[in-house]
Amino acid sequence: MPLEVLLVEDSPGDVRLTKEAFRDANSSIHLNVAADGVEAMAFLRHQGIHAHVPRPDLILLDLNLPKMDGREVLAHIKEDSSLKLIPTVILTTSDAEADIVKSYELQANCYLSKPVQLDAFEALVKSINDFWLTKVKLPRQR
Amino acid sequence: MKTIGQSGTPIEVLLVEDSPGDVRLTREAFREANNAIHLHVAADGVEAMAFLTHTGDHVRAPRPDLILLDLNLPKMDGREVLAHIKDDITLKTIPTVILTTSDAELDIVKSYQLHANCYLTKPVQLDAFESLVKSINDFWLIKVKLPQKAPCV
Repeated sequence: MPLEVLLVEDSPGDVRLTKEAFRDANSSIHLNVAADGVEAMAFLRHQGIHAHVPRPDLILLDLNLPKMDGREVLAHIKEDSSLKLIPTVILTTSDAEADIVKSYELQANCYLSKPVQLDAFEALVKSINDFWLTKVKLPRQR
Repeated sequence: MKTIGQSGTPIEVLLVEDSPGDVRLTREAFREANNAIHLHVAADGVEAMAFLTHTGDHVRAPRPDLILLDLNLPKMDGREVLAHIKDDITLKTIPTVILTTSDAELDIVKSYQLHANCYLTKPVQLDAFESLVKSINDFWLIKVKLPQKAPCV
């Protein structure tokens, strides 16, 4: 069974880089992309064109997103008794202390800031795979 | 931002574990992985909460940067400790990693429901256990951005 990852990211460049880095790290990952917060919630709630999408095993969430902010998406996920089980990793360019604290207050599972350097970004994606998708026990429930 | 191993600030890790053997193995594995780590140990759930709330013998205990929490503990269960941490406005921002021998789906689901930051099972093999401790260090104490301080209350 493939590992389903939902990447919530509005930058097409970052989407492409993340997709390529995961492909190198783990070929059994199926990367799904939502380009804004509204689409992310529609994906997670199987609404509209997302009626038949899989439940993700892991969510990678940017904070600054069009339509609905990543903080609001995170709050919705962690207030929902079923969605809250899905580990949600903040992956953002911000390293502002206020964003870090706010994300943990909203029960983000962890907070990572995107390195600008390409090789450091690839190493970070590899470590997300090595830790979250290899070492961590994820809930099996779908 | 706390810059691990560069600022000279020690990294405070609270291990909540009742097995002396597991405490010793964890301590040795962390010592090899990162010498900037101060490992504090609470042997049961009541002691863990006293450490986190600076009560009794723990008045001067530092705020941990990371908590490693076993589930099956004397006096107060790990699930109850986790619920207390994640219900507390200042403690909830401390990443809390479940580290247990249980791989029961019920324990995994319950821990994520209570907002554990992640769930890891302790391998029985010694080299696998050491490698897991190293990966906790590499991910949580090097890659992850931890909150610098307690939110103001």
